[in-house]
Amino acid sequence: MASTLTKSVLSLIGIGIVGAGAFFWITRPQPLPESEFANLGPADVTNGETIFWAGGCESCHAAKGAEGDAKLVLSGGAPLPTPFGTFYPPNISPDEKAGLGHWTLTQFASAMKRGVDDEGRHLYPSFPYASYSRMSDTDLRDLFAYMKTLPKSDNVAPPHDLAFPFNMRFTLGGWKLLYLNDKPRVELANASPEVKRGQYLVEGPGHCGECHTPRDILGGLKVADWLAGGPNPEGKGTIPDITPGSKDIGRWSAGDIANYLETGFTPEFDSVGGSMVAVQQNMAHLSKEDRAAIAAYLKAIPAR
Amino acid sequence: MIKRTIAASLICLTAASAVFAASELGDKREADMKKIGGATAQLAGIAKGDKPYDAAVVKTALTTINTTIKEFPTLFPAGKPDEDGHASPKIWENMAGFKGHADELAMVTEKLIAAPPADQKAVGAALGEIGKVCSACHQDFRLKK
Repeated sequence: MASTLTKSVLSLIGIGIVGAGAFFWITRPQPLPESEFANLGPADVTNGETIFWAGGCESCHAAKGAEGDAKLVLSGGAPLPTPFGTFYPPNISPDEKAGLGHWTLTQFASAMKRGVDDEGRHLYPSFPYASYSRMSDTDLRDLFAYMKTLPKSDNVAPPHDLAFPFNMRFTLGGWKLLYLNDKPRVELANASPEVKRGQYLVEGPGHCGECHTPRDILGGLKVADWLAGGPNPEGKGTIPDITPGSKDIGRWSAGDIANYLETGFTPEFDSVGGSMVAVQQNMAHLSKEDRAAIAAYLKAIPAR
Repeated sequence: MIKRTIAASLICLTAASAVFAASELGDKREADMKKIGGATAQLAGIAKGDKPYDAAVVKTALTTINTTIKEFPTLFPAGKPDEDGHASPKIWENMAGFKGHADELAMVTEKLIAAPPADQKAVGAALGEIGKVCSACHQDFRLKK
């Protein structure tokens, strides 16, 4: 009898070990293969700059309150408070020791699209790789080349300060299983080239959904409410719905949206506020065509 | 019994008037911001070429922004953080910073009134200067809505 019990316990433990092993295997960090970037050709640094502004890298990674050229020093930025704890955006300047100076393009692309760092560790999705996963390899190549031209900083950001169990990186593999993919956020039938460009900018580099889409209890985006806004995860107030169903922005024309992204003025001549100020200033660096594409996409998505 | 009823009514009344006072301030704040928005819209109409350049309109708009922004910070009395929750507590945490933005807009508009923008292009440039101060303050002190 006792031996049967022992056997059952042992086999349960065995199943547990195998299960845990399978979990760790399935959820292990998965960087991109070197071969993917071997034959991409030379980088287009000018396009890299466009992608840099579309992505708004410096909004999180430049020092708080940086203006003008100081925005290009990606020394690590202001702390990002969330329900899971406080994230400290790291130094991503080309400094060899403190920044990304020693990273290869494949390592950079693995961070952007797979959320894996140069040492093969899972990165936290406060770095919005669950959006960047939609970016093209050539844009990543160009962005990486542009970032290499920026000033170096030797600043070292503090480590993230997170509550248990979020402080255990292996859990991120499970998170990625649930939320990391490169599929379109919305299916748009017969989308024009302009709408498709807008979709790429908004869903990929622009990572608009990271704030404008509500999150579930594990911090994953509720994709059914794509861009429908919700409570502000950083504190008081709400983030606006930017779909055609929004009571404010839904009434704006595509021209109004493009103008807002360029000048920071709403059609009622209210001005941009909060964390959208930095985003709008980045969008002002894009071409008129790209801002129009973003506007066209926002008019094409389902109303919420 | 009567005493108690009177006391209770008094408490209710006091509470009600406190709430009223808070939302009255809130209404005034919103009205001020809308006034500035309206004046900005007039400048933008000229800057974009939707309206012809008109020196009088430009001057009135700049003066409206100037006088309104001077009143605006007085609507946030010290030690009385907002009760209806529409104004950010950060205003009271950093009143000097908040007032600094208002002062800057007053200064920018004063300068523009003294040397008014003389054509459509100059109005556009002036609007850019004004908009920068608006969003700088809204970045720090306006609640997400």
